[in-house]
Amino acid sequence: MAKEMEREGIPAVHICTIVPISRTVGANRIVPAVAIPHPLGDPCKSKTEEKSLRRALVEKALQALETKIEGQTVF
Amino acid sequence: MGPWKAVVYLNQFFGGIGGEEKAGMEPVVRSGPVGPGNLFAELFGPEVEMVATVICGDNYFSEHLEEATERVLALMEGFRPDLVLAGPAFNAGRYGIACGSVCNAVVDRLGIPAVTGMYPENHGAELSRRSVFIVETRGTTAGMREAAEKMSRLAGKLLRGEPVGFPEEEGYLPRGIRRNTFSAETGAVRAVKMLLQKMKGEPFATEYPLPAFDRVPLLPPVDRMSRVTLALVTSGGIVPRGNPDCIEASSATRYGKYDIGALSEMTPESHETAHGGYDPTYANADPNRVLPLDAARDLEREGRIGKLHPFYYATVGNGTSVARCGQFAREIARDLIRSGVGAVLITST
Repeated sequence: MAKEMEREGIPAVHICTIVPISRTVGANRIVPAVAIPHPLGDPCKSKTEEKSLRRALVEKALQALETKIEGQTVF
Repeated sequence: MGPWKAVVYLNQFFGGIGGEEKAGMEPVVRSGPVGPGNLFAELFGPEVEMVATVICGDNYFSEHLEEATERVLALMEGFRPDLVLAGPAFNAGRYGIACGSVCNAVVDRLGIPAVTGMYPENHGAELSRRSVFIVETRGTTAGMREAAEKMSRLAGKLLRGEPVGFPEEEGYLPRGIRRNTFSAETGAVRAVKMLLQKMKGEPFATEYPLPAFDRVPLLPPVDRMSRVTLALVTSGGIVPRGNPDCIEASSATRYGKYDIGALSEMTPESHETAHGGYDPTYANADPNRVLPLDAARDLEREGRIGKLHPFYYATVGNGTSVARCGQFAREIARDLIRSGVGAVLITST
């Protein structure tokens, strides 16, 4: 989906757990996530810790969107 | 058993009617074999009789795909054939599309075998390789005899009801069919052998080739996210409670567009996941774990994100085909561009 959105001209960053799939299908900006059932969270952490973890991932994704890349990049 | 009756499909060129100036001609019938049909007759001998040839112009066929297929099929059906042979089309795209379409309809509607031949990069091959037997040919007519031999060998097997071997043994393009077979060695032993061959630089053949995906050109970075509207999209199946659009848990055929303009976070009361294939406990307990609305809102409030688009989009990625996801994404992207969205954050489970 990231690839097809970029084909339409809108930059997309993909936060995902199984990075090899995203690489193979062709997303250009990839941010690795935590786990399949909770990509942007961790139920073992406290609510506050979990939210700051999520915030850090979203911030990383925003930075990825602002970064000039030379090829498919995993951030 | 034989003798069997075969009808051959040819374009205006191989049918001996004319070149590009005749490409607009509508389907006609000739009795007996014409052009490559004579070669098929020679290769089959008395086992299969070439009773008729249906000829159609390449342009006519491509421009009237459904109608042309129907008319060719109707003409063939009149001969009550046991087999249809089409082409070979080599690397001729329009001819390949016609041969594929005719074979597809013959197998589907007449319930008899059909075999064609194409160069693997012929567009017709991509369209029909999964549904019909397409023998791999060279790119030009220089490969005519070789193609006709492969086509008649495979067609003979189909007529006699003999088992058809793997694509590389029989010379047809892989159809994406998986069949269980017994092997003397377990998968683990075969995989380790393959790995050792790979490490030694020796040739080896994979048992499951991965599909090839195309690439898109890299887009320049977003100048400053603090000036841009960001949209959230997920394939993790986060939907409003009750899944109002009935997005399927697997092999989704649709996506949803949902208003989050007034929400600062996702809650178990407001949202849930429709996604099958992973344990939904954690996503349902806190849907922000899949669609990070709470963190994105904070960053919007702090000015790190210019604006969060008031709608998010969701589908289920579980078993959903790449082609379908691509179609969803193109539709969503056009909608977002119309709304002035400058960047997208996609999350997947």
